[in-house]
Amino acid sequence: MTYPRGSLIRNTTATRINHWITGGCFVLLLLSGLSMFHPLLFFLSELFGGGQWTRAVHPWIGIVLLVSYAGLIVQFWRDNLWSWDDIAWMREIQHVLVNEEEGVPEVARFNAGQKFVFWSMALLVPVLFVTGLVIWEVYFSPYTTIEQQRIAVLIHSLAAIAAIIVWIVHVYAAIWVKGSVRAMTQGWVTPGWAYRHHRKWFRRLATTGSRGPVPNNDAVPARKNS
Amino acid sequence: MADLQSQDYVRRSASTLTPPAARDHEQEVAKLIDVSRCIGCKACQSACMEWNNLRQEIGHFEGSYDNPMDLSPHVWTLMRFTEWEDEQGNLEWLIRKDGCMHCEDPGCLKACPAPGAIVQYANGIVDFVSDNCIGCGYCVKGCPFDIPRISPEDHKSYKCTLCSDRVGVGLEPACVKACPTGAIMFGSKTDMTNWAGERVEDLKSRGFQNAGLYDPPGVSGTHVMYVLHHADKPSIYAGLPDKPQISAFVGFWKGIIKPVALAGIAFTALAGFFHWVIAGPNEVQPEDEAKAQRLLDLADKQDETKGQRPLRPLDERL
Repeated sequence: MTYPRGSLIRNTTATRINHWITGGCFVLLLLSGLSMFHPLLFFLSELFGGGQWTRAVHPWIGIVLLVSYAGLIVQFWRDNLWSWDDIAWMREIQHVLVNEEEGVPEVARFNAGQKFVFWSMALLVPVLFVTGLVIWEVYFSPYTTIEQQRIAVLIHSLAAIAAIIVWIVHVYAAIWVKGSVRAMTQGWVTPGWAYRHHRKWFRRLATTGSRGPVPNNDAVPARKNS
Repeated sequence: MADLQSQDYVRRSASTLTPPAARDHEQEVAKLIDVSRCIGCKACQSACMEWNNLRQEIGHFEGSYDNPMDLSPHVWTLMRFTEWEDEQGNLEWLIRKDGCMHCEDPGCLKACPAPGAIVQYANGIVDFVSDNCIGCGYCVKGCPFDIPRISPEDHKSYKCTLCSDRVGVGLEPACVKACPTGAIMFGSKTDMTNWAGERVEDLKSRGFQNAGLYDPPGVSGTHVMYVLHHADKPSIYAGLPDKPQISAFVGFWKGIIKPVALAGIAFTALAGFFHWVIAGPNEVQPEDEAKAQRLLDLADKQDETKGQRPLRPLDERL
């Protein structure tokens, strides 16, 4: 993949593929899951070839998502570690929300909102996976009691709703902050984008002469500053 | 039987509209199983297999009179045998015909996510319309009596239909017809309740002080009822639930969280939309690019003036 001259790399090709496998699985799980959650949404099961197919395919997609999200955790966990700077940033969230980021504490590779999305999913995906196994009737029903399955299906539903709400926040933030979608499709951002939204990350790239996504990442060519 | 009897539904799974119920002027029915008159001959099991064309694969002897050992997609009714010692040390052989209880408030129907896969007719019978079944096993979680069984072959849920096909044309269920002792009776729920009252009186007069009718109010009554000689402890009859009711977990899952969850999703999406309307997109401004460029230039210059070896070869960086 070649990136435009002067751009910074926000997400490597591998990261982007990993992200979109996860995202695709999430959307399919959301549609199939909601069809089995509320009668008004049962029509969504037609997208999967009917109720039986929906019921059968949903858990397999879930396995792919678990593996895929594990890949994202490996790539992103370090830059998502919580710090006191995040608290300071969140105190100024009202300025961020009205697009006035000047004066707000500088942000490294991810801001507190992005970290919230990351860790929420890091918690919810395994919870959905484990409770999903318990209610995967075809293969796992003999291994748990019916009462355990009742609790599992309740937790599964609650966790799924939480995940969907987090996902809406994630998608909207990407639409709202212009340039974010391209950062995950084509992988690059302009220096101005990095300066505006992730200045601490940008400063580190500048001082280390790295083009991103992490300083001195040998996997990508160095920044061409011209 | 869905086509013949689709105009007398009082309940229909996963449906938000009133089901077709115009032809609902019919009496509620009930099957009364008088445990005290059962001799354990299994004629009811045979009749059920015969009428419904069910043949369970032949299993192995497991040291029990129960045969087969459990309900299955091919076993819709099953005699369960219990050897029980009363307080005086007398042995009693308790035999209970297990199967769907046809709850007035069916947990299976409440839990089912597939529209019309489980229906309840005006006569009270709870029926699985297998064409609509998706095989998720939610009915198993909804049922307080552990009755539905999912077939591993066709991924459909099965249970006793109370011979809804026979009852629909004025016949009694096959098990009732076959019972040689009159332990299984069938009629209107009122008649069966009255008849059970007589039986309970008789049992009491013969020393069974705690005899009674099992028509559990926790599920608003059932359309299969038992006369028990020890109605104070139903669980001695091979685990018949003492106080059956739809699990609170199922009630929560199928109750309040459905509308609240959809509202939460809709609210979040709307919040995003109106944020866009009010605040609009967050776009990089020309001055951001200019400042960024100055910072990059400065960083390059500092490297050079400090005389530090650039972190990258210079030709690669310029």
